[in-house]
Amino acid sequence: MATGLDQLSEKQMTVSGRARIVSLHEAVAQCVRDGDVVAMEGFTHLIPYAAGHEVIRQQRKHLTLIRMTPDILYDQLIGMGCADKLMFSWGGNPGVGSLHRFRDAVEHSWPQPLILEEHSHAAMANAYDAGAAGLPCAVFRGYVGAELRRVNANIKTIECPFTGEQLAAVPAIRPDVAIVHAQKADRRGNVMFEGIVGVQKQAVLAARRSIVTVEEIVDDLGPRSSNAVILPSWTVTVIACVPKGAHPSYAHGYYPRDNNFYIAWDKIARDRDGFLAWMQTHVLDRR
Amino acid sequence: MNEYSQNEMMTIAAARSLRNEDICFVGIGAPSAAANLARLTHAPDITLIYESGTIETRPSVLPLSIGDGELCDTALTTVDVPEMFRYWLQGGRITVGFLGGAQIDRFANLNTTVMGDYQHPKVRLPGGGGAPEIATHCGEVFIIMQHSRRSFVDKLDFMTSLGHGEGGGHRQRQSVKTRGPTRLITDLCIFEPDPETREMTVMSIHPGVSREQIQDNTGWNVRYASHVQSTPSPDAAELSVLRELHARTRAAHAAS
Repeated sequence: MATGLDQLSEKQMTVSGRARIVSLHEAVAQCVRDGDVVAMEGFTHLIPYAAGHEVIRQQRKHLTLIRMTPDILYDQLIGMGCADKLMFSWGGNPGVGSLHRFRDAVEHSWPQPLILEEHSHAAMANAYDAGAAGLPCAVFRGYVGAELRRVNANIKTIECPFTGEQLAAVPAIRPDVAIVHAQKADRRGNVMFEGIVGVQKQAVLAARRSIVTVEEIVDDLGPRSSNAVILPSWTVTVIACVPKGAHPSYAHGYYPRDNNFYIAWDKIARDRDGFLAWMQTHVLDRR
Repeated sequence: MNEYSQNEMMTIAAARSLRNEDICFVGIGAPSAAANLARLTHAPDITLIYESGTIETRPSVLPLSIGDGELCDTALTTVDVPEMFRYWLQGGRITVGFLGGAQIDRFANLNTTVMGDYQHPKVRLPGGGGAPEIATHCGEVFIIMQHSRRSFVDKLDFMTSLGHGEGGGHRQRQSVKTRGPTRLITDLCIFEPDPETREMTVMSIHPGVSREQIQDNTGWNVRYASHVQSTPSPDAAELSVLRELHARTRAAHAAS
C-alpha cells in the first residue's frame, strides 16, 4: 500500500499545474500505461465511452479496472482482454440484464481470467471519497451480515475509539489514472459537470493522473450556480474535446441516454464472435 | 371485474404498502413502477430517492436505468453518490427501501451475487450494488419478487444482504437497529415476518391463487398466519394509472 510521498499524486507534485488540452489519442497515450489501475467513472450519466474505446484501440493490457457500475463499457474492455482485475459493486446492464462478456470472463475465463474485488456501492463511494481526501482507508457503517466480508480480504472491521462501535473499513481508492467525461471545459482547462455527478470529482482528485473528455471547449463556462461541480484546471492532467463522447450514455443538456442501444447490446454481446465483429467495426476500425 | 395480470397485482400490492409520508429508496424495475404508482394514486407527497443521487424526483415515465436524465430533470435536488450513501442512506433519512434478488430464503435474506460457488460460479449475477447497506440502513425494507421455486430457496448460494439472518433477534444481535424486511410482495401473495421467529409468513393471498400454488413455488415449508386475508383485486383506477405509466414509458423509450 502507498505511504507518505507516494500518496501525493503526480499532479499534486507538479508545479506547472494546468491541464493540457490534447487529442483523445494523445490523452490515452500519455496517461494510460499497461498494468495501470484505471477508474472510469460516471454513474449511468457521463460514462466516458469514447476514452474507453481509445484505451481498447491502443491495446492496453493487464489493467486493473475500477468502477462502481461496470456496464457496457467495461463489458467491452473485459471482452477485448484489457483487464486482469476488476474492482466493482454492481456489474449489469441497467434495466436490461447481464453483462455477457463480464460473465464469460468470470464463468469461463474468456478471453482471460478476471480477478474480482467486489464491494458494495456504499464501500466504493466511501473509498473514492477517502482517496480524494488523502486518507489511507474509508470508515463507514456497512456490510453487516453480508457475505462479501468472507470473500474479500479488503473488507475489515475497525472499532470507533470513542464509542466502541464496530465499523467497516476498506482501503482508499487511489487509481493511477481516472478517466471521466464532462459537459464542458474552458480554454484554461477548468472542467464543469452538471446533472447526476456520481463520483467523478472524487475519482479525479483521488487519482495520480486524469483524463477528462468534454462535449465542448468554451471561452467561458458561462452562467452557472456557484455550487456547480467544477474541477479547477490544476487538478486535471489532460483534457480532450470529444463531442458525444459519452454515447450510449448521455450528457445532460446535450443528448439523452440511448436506451435502445443498451437493450440492443444484450444480443450483440451474447456470443463471442458477434461481440468481436461489432468491436472491429464500431471501435477498432474507427479513429 | 377488471382483468389484470399477476404481475400487475404484485406491483399494485407493493404500491399500496407505501405511505404518503414515506421517504423511499427506489430501485429499478418493479420497485420503481410500484413507487411511482403510489405517488400517482394514494401517496402524492411520497419522497422518492434513487441511488444515483436524485432526491424528491417525480418522473413522468419510468427510468430504464437508475440514473436516467428524467430523474434528475424532475428532482428537487441531485447530490453526488458518496453524499447519497453517507448522509441520506447511512444517515438514517430513509423510511423504506425496496429490494429484490435472484434468491430469497425464509428469513428474507437475499442473494444477488452468484449462483453456485463464489470463486467458480455457475451464474455470475450483477452483485449487491446498494443492497447490503439499504438492507440495514432503511427504517424498513419491502421486497418485490416473482414467486418461483428457483428463487424461493431453502438455502441461499450467497448472502448478499441481510434480512432477518437466522431469525429471532439475529439483526439486533448484530447491532442493527432497523426493522429489516417487513413485507415480501410476490405475484402470488404477501408475506410478513412472524413477530417471534421472523420467518416470512403468508398474510394475504392474491385473488385466484391457491395455497398449493404458493407451496409449489416455494423451496421451504410455507407458514401461514392464523387469519390469512384475501388481497383486494386491483381497482380500475390503480390499473389505468399503472397501464398509462407503462404506456408513457414504452413510448418515451421507443422515441429515444
